[in-house]
Order: sequence, then C-alpha cells, then structure tokens
Amino acid sequence: MSAAKLRLLVGVLAVGVLTAGCGGSSGSSGDGRVTLTLNLFGNMGFKDLYAKYEAAHPNIKIVERTSAYNDHHRNLAAHLATGSGAADVEGIDTGFIAQFRAQPERFVDLRKHGADGLKDRWLPWKWQASVAKNGAQIGYGTDVGGLAMCYRRDLFEKAGLPTERDEVSKLWPDWASYFEAGRKYTANKPEGASFFDGGAQIFNAMIGQAETGYYDSSDHVVVATNPVVRSAYDEVLKAVADGESAKLVGSSPAWNTGFAKSQFATIACPAWMLAKIQDQAKAFAGKWDIAAIPGGGGNWGGSYLTVPAQSKHAKEAVDLITWLTAPEQQIEVFKAHGILPSTVATYEKPEVKNLKNAFFNDAPVGQVFTTAALNLKPQYQGPRAGDIQTAIRDAINRVEEGKQDGPQAWEQMLKDVERIEQ
Amino acid sequence: MTLARSGPRRRWAYQLDVKGSPYFYIAPFFLLFGAVGMFPLLYTAYVSLTNWNLLEPTRHWVGLANYAELLTDDYFWNALFNTVSIWLLSTVPQLLAALFIAHMLNRSLRARTFFRMGVLLPNVTSIVAVTIIFAQLFGRDFGMVNWALDLVGLDPVDWQAGTLSSHIAISLIVIWRWTGYNALIYLAAMQTIPEHLYEAATLDGAGQFTQFRKITIPMLRPTIIFTAVVSTIGGFQIIAEPLLFQAGTGNPTGGSDRQFQTVGLYLYEQGFSLYKFGYASAIAWTLCLIIVVMALVNYSITRRIRRS
Repeated sequence: MSAAKLRLLVGVLAVGVLTAGCGGSSGSSGDGRVTLTLNLFGNMGFKDLYAKYEAAHPNIKIVERTSAYNDHHRNLAAHLATGSGAADVEGIDTGFIAQFRAQPERFVDLRKHGADGLKDRWLPWKWQASVAKNGAQIGYGTDVGGLAMCYRRDLFEKAGLPTERDEVSKLWPDWASYFEAGRKYTANKPEGASFFDGGAQIFNAMIGQAETGYYDSSDHVVVATNPVVRSAYDEVLKAVADGESAKLVGSSPAWNTGFAKSQFATIACPAWMLAKIQDQAKAFAGKWDIAAIPGGGGNWGGSYLTVPAQSKHAKEAVDLITWLTAPEQQIEVFKAHGILPSTVATYEKPEVKNLKNAFFNDAPVGQVFTTAALNLKPQYQGPRAGDIQTAIRDAINRVEEGKQDGPQAWEQMLKDVERIEQ
Repeated sequence: MTLARSGPRRRWAYQLDVKGSPYFYIAPFFLLFGAVGMFPLLYTAYVSLTNWNLLEPTRHWVGLANYAELLTDDYFWNALFNTVSIWLLSTVPQLLAALFIAHMLNRSLRARTFFRMGVLLPNVTSIVAVTIIFAQLFGRDFGMVNWALDLVGLDPVDWQAGTLSSHIAISLIVIWRWTGYNALIYLAAMQTIPEHLYEAATLDGAGQFTQFRKITIPMLRPTIIFTAVVSTIGGFQIIAEPLLFQAGTGNPTGGSDRQFQTVGLYLYEQGFSLYKFGYASAIAWTLCLIIVVMALVNYSITRRIRRS
C-alpha cells in the first residue's frame, strides 16, 4: 500500500469519525420534538416498532444507526471514555456487557427510573448480568441465545447413528457421551464430514454451562486454577485427536464454506445461529434438525439496551428502552425475526412456545430454546472474558493445526491471559 | 511607472502580494496538516508516555516505561519479524516485476493504452474484497491454490497456519495490487529518457539487455528510489491484508500463533482490542522511527544503483 493511499484513507476515516462525533449529540428537532438516537449492531429487530412508539408519543422522534459488531462496541468504549459521541440508547452484547458494567458511572442507573419494579420480567441471570458492583442496573435485556445442538440427519444415518431428535438427545445427556457418539460416528463417517465444526466452538459451549468460567465473582481471572476449564480443554483436545473435529475457526470464510460442503455433522447452535445455518446450507433444508445440548442448558449471545450518562434526554431514552424490552414487544420481535425473548412471561405464550422451523425438519425451536434458557446455570462474566475466550480459541487452533501439543498450547495461553489481565 | 506614482502604501501592498501570496496559497495544506497530521502526532507522543487505558478513568505519567516494555516484548519482536519478512517477500519481487512490465509496455505494441490501463486495474479494486478473495483462494480445504497443487501431485498446504506460507500468501496480495501501480510510475519515467541514447547504443552494437541495464536503470534512478521508499513505508504499515486474511473472526492476533501479525496489527490489537492506548502509542512512535530508518537505508542503497 502506498503512503499516499494510506494517508488518504486515514483522512477519510478522520473526517468520518469527526462527523460521527458531531452527529452523536442528539437534540430537539425544529418542531419541538425530542430526537432519540439508538446505536445498535446487526439486526436487533426493532425497526417495525419505532413507528408505533412515535405514534403513541408525539413528542418523540427515533433514529436508529447500526454498525458491525466489533466496530460498534469499540466505538462505544471510545465515546464513553471521551465523554461525547454516544447515542441516547446504546446496544451492548453479552460478550461486552461485563466490560461496560465495570464503568457504571458512565451509564444511567435504571434503578432511579423504577427498574426494581420491572426486575421480575427477566430471566434472573439475564437481569443479574447487567448489574454493576455498586448495585446499579445499567441495561435492560433484549434477547437471549439459548443453546441447542444442531445436527445433520442424513449424515447421522450414513454413519449408523439414530436420526430422530428425541433419540439423538438421549444419545448425549452429557459431554462425555457426546464425544463417545462422536467416536462411533467417526468410525463410519461419510467422506469429508467430521463430527463437529471446530474444537474452540465446542469448548465455548461446554464452558458456557459451568458455574464458574474464566472469572470468580471478585473479578479475578481463574483460568489457570478452575478445574472445569482445564478438563473441558483436555476433553475437547482428546476428541480432536480422535478425529472428530473439522478444525474450522468459527465465523471464518472457511467455516461458512463448511456448511455448504457438509464438512461437519453437528454444531452447537444458539437461536440466532439458525438463520446463519439456513443461509449457508441452503441445499440441505429438512436434513438439519435440532437436539438438546449435552449437559442441559447453556447460553451464547443475547443483548442489552443501555442509556449512557452523557445522554441529554435520559428520561425519554429510559422510557423508550423500557418499552422496547417489555414482553409484548419481545414477542413481536420473536414473531418477525425469530430472536428469542429474555422475558420469562413470554415463554408461556403459544406463539413463542409452539414455534416450529421447517428448515430444521419442523423442529420445535420455541420449546427447545426456551427450555435451554430456563435450564441455564448463571455464570459470572468478568470484564475481559471475550479476549480470554479468543486466547483459548487460538490455543486449541494451534493444536488442531498440529503446531503444538495440548500442554504446550496451554502454557502459552496462560501467558496470553496474564497479558490480557494487566 | 504606475507603481512609483501610487505611493508607499501601494508599494507595500505590492510587496506583500509578491512575497506573501505564495505562503497564503500553500497555507491550506500546512494548516490542514497541522490540525490532522501534526497534532495527532504530538498527542500520540504524549499519550505514549502515559499508561492510559480506555477502560479506566485515570491516566498517569510513566515516562519511557512503555518503550522499555516494548523492547522486552516477545510479541512486538515477533510482529516486527513478520513485518520485515512480508515486506521483503512483497517489495523485492514487486519492484522487479514492475520494472519488467514497464519495459514491455514501453515498446510499440498493439492496444498499448489498453494494457497500460489494465495494469492499474488491480490497484483500484477494494482492498477488502481482494483480501477476502485471496483468503478463499488460499483456503485449506477448498482453496483453488491447493486444488492446483493437487493437480500437479503436490500435498495441500495449510496456508493460514504456517509462518512462511502465510507470509507468501499475504505478500502475493500486496504484489497483485501494487505491481501495476509501480509499473506505471516506471513507464512514465522511461518515456522521459531521450530516444537518441538508445539509438546511439544500438549503433554501438549494445543489445536489449545491455541497453536496459546501462541506460534505462541508471536513468530511472530517482524513480526507483521513490518507489522503493514509498513501498517501504507502505510495507511497514501493512495492516488490512493480515487482518482480513483471517476474515470474520474479528480479532487482530494474526493467526493462532501470531504467525502473520504485523506491527500495524499488533498496534491495533493493543489499542483497539485491549484498549491500552499508552502502549499502542509507544508502538506507533517506534514504528514511525523504524520506517524513517528503513527509508534512509533504502535511499542510501538505491542511490548506488548507477555506480554498480
């Protein structure tokens, strides 16, 4: 790349940042209405709801802006640190909520706006995950991931495993029996189709179920001392050594190709993953199905809506997020986009409970994912859990790539975690 | 003499116009540079002397501690090694190929403008698209490169996993994009070389290659220096290619073992993933110094071209 080009790029970026910074401050529009801005990532399914809210609140105008997952959260961190540029409402994903929860002074404490009275709406762990050390509630939950195990019926049949979802669920009550099924599968596997997509993704699902993950409740990193982490690590690497892994890195282009090329027969799937599988594996409609996740519950993903303290219309913004995350609206979002609610009352509603998905052989997705969400053991999330997860993913990849053995990769990972911790 | 009759004030205005106007005309650049170039540069220098972490409200003056830490940081040296390796693997073949292509384009061939435009095409394509396509080509299981290797009976390579293999793949992205660009610069310079030099050489019985070596290369010396220095600056700042080479995974470690993490990428990781702005700023300034030194070394090497 030439220096001139790079400088031009930097210039363009700088102008973009400046304009974004200016645009970030919201204000009253000319007609006396209050403009509320929302900074979100991906599609959170609220777009259809804004008109309804504006109709009921004539003094409010809503503007939504979206950006990519990582960019959104990095921008938010910068806007909070510099004290300007954040929107009136900011979306935060589970992977980042602990990091932002550690800076409660930068968000509106929802307890001052009646949060305590609404507490019972949410799954208890969903509520707890956005409570700061000083007791402040910084956000209201939107969706949850829930966790299930998606599998390919046709590949299971070829390998001589059961194909009906109830039998498959019975096949793996826990992870040990899941890997055991994997060994049976691998012995007769169809050419090119491994048992699971990649060791790191299975590891994430396993750790997601543990009572304690990477942090203890006083924010100390316990990766080195938590026996659950090491035993999950060893179990996954054993399965990798047994040839059960397709050795694909989650979300990479090769992983996307893996769906279309039938490179794996099972994948740990939260609710939002279903859309992804349907997009990438179009040719296999009806061949995919959904069974229970080994070990019962588990979560992967899901978001929160927060109001930064720098918002000039904090009260109006709080009213908006209270409404957007209320059970009635969560049901609307679920019906339109399949994004799973985090409010408990909705799980009893027929439109949630009875939802089926034709692509996945008419699997009862509503029931599967609400069960997973209800069975979840809440796990304390520390501030840098996402980065630690990446360090462990890299360690598992090093073993999968044949560069290191398990203990070597583990040692190097511990050093990486130490650096993240400082 | 209108000037003499108009009095001292008019003369003063005229003097101001003659002496001052040029400065006024070039002022926008320097003002703009001062605002968006110089200020960030100096502010980065200040930040590099603090332990500013974006997640913590306080920042303290730590002097040169960040730089001291950098010197003993294995990952920094690893990133520097990767950067130098990718830079060498991409710049040397790139400039040689550009020289050759420019030489070919300088001859009288059919549809010359078409070919001259054509060599620039890779450069105007989006770097994101290019890198993602190359990452697919170098895919482990279904990449076209491995498919081609298989055709000629060679074993497939896990391009992303290996150190050398990933450097080669990333270098090819750089070469593909920038060879044509440099070729056009060389071509422009070649066209300023007087034709009679070649005619005289032909009369003296010098062959094509001798003419290229004894006339073209020495006459291109300033241009070669320019492209070498610019490529060095670009090569040391490389970040988009290695970042996107593991597209979708959203983390800047440059492979599971940091096998293709460049200094630019390491800076990005420290600053925008771990939010250690003080340390990232120290990396930025160190990188800046390295680029200045490398550009000077480059300059002194390429200056010798005529003598050799």
